[in-house]
Amino acid sequence: MDDVIVVRDLTKRFGHFVAVDNISFNVKKGEIFGFLGANGAGKTTAMRILCGLSRPTSGEASVGGFDIRHESEKIKKNIGYMSQKFSLYQDLKVWENIKLFAGIYGMKRNEIASKTDILLKELGFEKEKNTLVKDLPLGWKQKLAFSVAIFHNPKIVFLDEPTGGVDPITRRQFWEMIYDASQKGITVFVTTHYMDEAEYCDRVSIMVDGRIEAMNSPKELKREFNAENIDEVFRLLAKKSTRKEI
Amino acid sequence: MKQFLSFAKKEFLHIFRDTWTMMIILVLPVIMMLLFGYAVTTEIRDTNIGILDNSRDEISNRLIDKLDESEYFSVLKVFKSNSEIDKAFRRNEIYMAIVIENDFSKKLITGQNPKIQIIADASDPNHAKTLVNYASGVIAQSLMQETKANSPLSQINTEIKLLYNPLMKSSYNFVPGVMGFIIIIVCAMMTSISIVRERERGSMELLLASPVKPITIILSKVTPYFFLSIINILTIFLVSYFVMGVPIKGSLFWIFLLCIVYILVSLSLGILVSTIAKTQLVALIISAIILLMPSMLLSGMMFDISSMPLILQAIAQIMPAKWFISAIRKLMIMGVDVRFVLNEFLVLFSMGVFLILISLKKYKNRLE
Repeated sequence: MDDVIVVRDLTKRFGHFVAVDNISFNVKKGEIFGFLGANGAGKTTAMRILCGLSRPTSGEASVGGFDIRHESEKIKKNIGYMSQKFSLYQDLKVWENIKLFAGIYGMKRNEIASKTDILLKELGFEKEKNTLVKDLPLGWKQKLAFSVAIFHNPKIVFLDEPTGGVDPITRRQFWEMIYDASQKGITVFVTTHYMDEAEYCDRVSIMVDGRIEAMNSPKELKREFNAENIDEVFRLLAKKSTRKEI
Repeated sequence: MKQFLSFAKKEFLHIFRDTWTMMIILVLPVIMMLLFGYAVTTEIRDTNIGILDNSRDEISNRLIDKLDESEYFSVLKVFKSNSEIDKAFRRNEIYMAIVIENDFSKKLITGQNPKIQIIADASDPNHAKTLVNYASGVIAQSLMQETKANSPLSQINTEIKLLYNPLMKSSYNFVPGVMGFIIIIVCAMMTSISIVRERERGSMELLLASPVKPITIILSKVTPYFFLSIINILTIFLVSYFVMGVPIKGSLFWIFLLCIVYILVSLSLGILVSTIAKTQLVALIISAIILLMPSMLLSGMMFDISSMPLILQAIAQIMPAKWFISAIRKLMIMGVDVRFVLNEFLVLFSMGVFLILISLKKYKNRLE
């Protein structure tokens, strides 16, 4: 089996509100899977379920071969997670952040030390090793946060709106880093609302009101909807929405 | 364990790198001690008073000298008429006036019970009450000596003995109080804010998506505050012993054990607040209103609990600070055996167990 994420009929209700409505999809190993949707479409809820942060109301899913209901501890060891809201601890130095998160995932001390130096060199951050994260520009923080999320070499990395508020050049560099990770065999599950970024994904799914309305490669989607770009596809689908933005 | 240590270290770094947190933890206890020790003192010392002596005889003169000599009062004014008294009060020159009636000596010697009027500024009622009590004491003592010297009749001699705090120093009272208060600030307030901060900034989500166990996160968050509280306790002890001259009569072992139990109770209070509050501001308000204020007002630190209305007395019973202060007073100032504070120990211990259990339960629920 090449599918690292398998989702079958997943539903999450909060009272009467159906946040995630019976969704099913597979994500292949090494794939960059774009999870698109308007705010409040349910993408963050679905992602939280896959990361073991929240339990589904019904349906099945496995991540990295582990069942989300019974093996969430094993899942957590095999994934990386990065959210837009929080990147790293602002009042810790760059190397302290790396060491802390690598330690959480059980990496050995000397492995952390040598890998830290390599990473900082790759990023061109050698001089910033002892800088407090709050003194870094936002784009750098996001790049560093991504590097930290995949530092322990997870099977899958979940990125929740990773490029929010970042300038176009840094976003471009950020996506190069995502490509590199995917080359190394790390599966990338990314939510975004920048539709141009969707074009960089191997496959995208578009969520409207908790349901997946379309799922294919960007190229196929454009042909299917006879659209020039993903943005247009998204607009066509989003018209169906009856849910108000939260 | 390794995870725990690296998390605890991170928490120490958060604290050390935040100037305000450091200030609160290191400077606040000392400031509070000095404030309560020297500024908010309830002792009476060299209070300015005025005298209207209508008698101007030997005995009344000696009486005035006695009042002036006492460490409580200093006679600032000798009035000639009643109207001057009023003026002096209005100008805030004096807090108390004493009026001695005509023919004082004569009446005293012939057993006619001469009258002395004490007029006090009761805009601060507690202060006025204390002033009047002290003045009555000084006057009674002085007259006692006079009548003894002048009359062959045997007198009833009342002798007052003040146990445990013979000099009536208020520091004996507030040192336990400040300890109880500081621990609530550091353990309950600061801890709850720091836990809620992780949730508010989104880092908690990141941690929960990692293999680290929630219990490890919480324990490592409270560890630094535990140690800092112990440093606070030591600071307060040192300041009170060396600067304020408050004795430590009881066994140090039991005093410290009591402090540690109280610190643990306060930490679990902090964890509990963090499970309720969603933002740092809410955590701050909850700790300030539900924990800090009652710990200051209802713990017996400032006001006597037994003279409060019943409802407040009942609330006082559920404040950990009340039990801590009561026990530390007994152990430290009275120097009693630990047997006599078993009750307090037991209450604090049960509070701790109860709070830890419900915080853990609440914390688990919050993950969903």
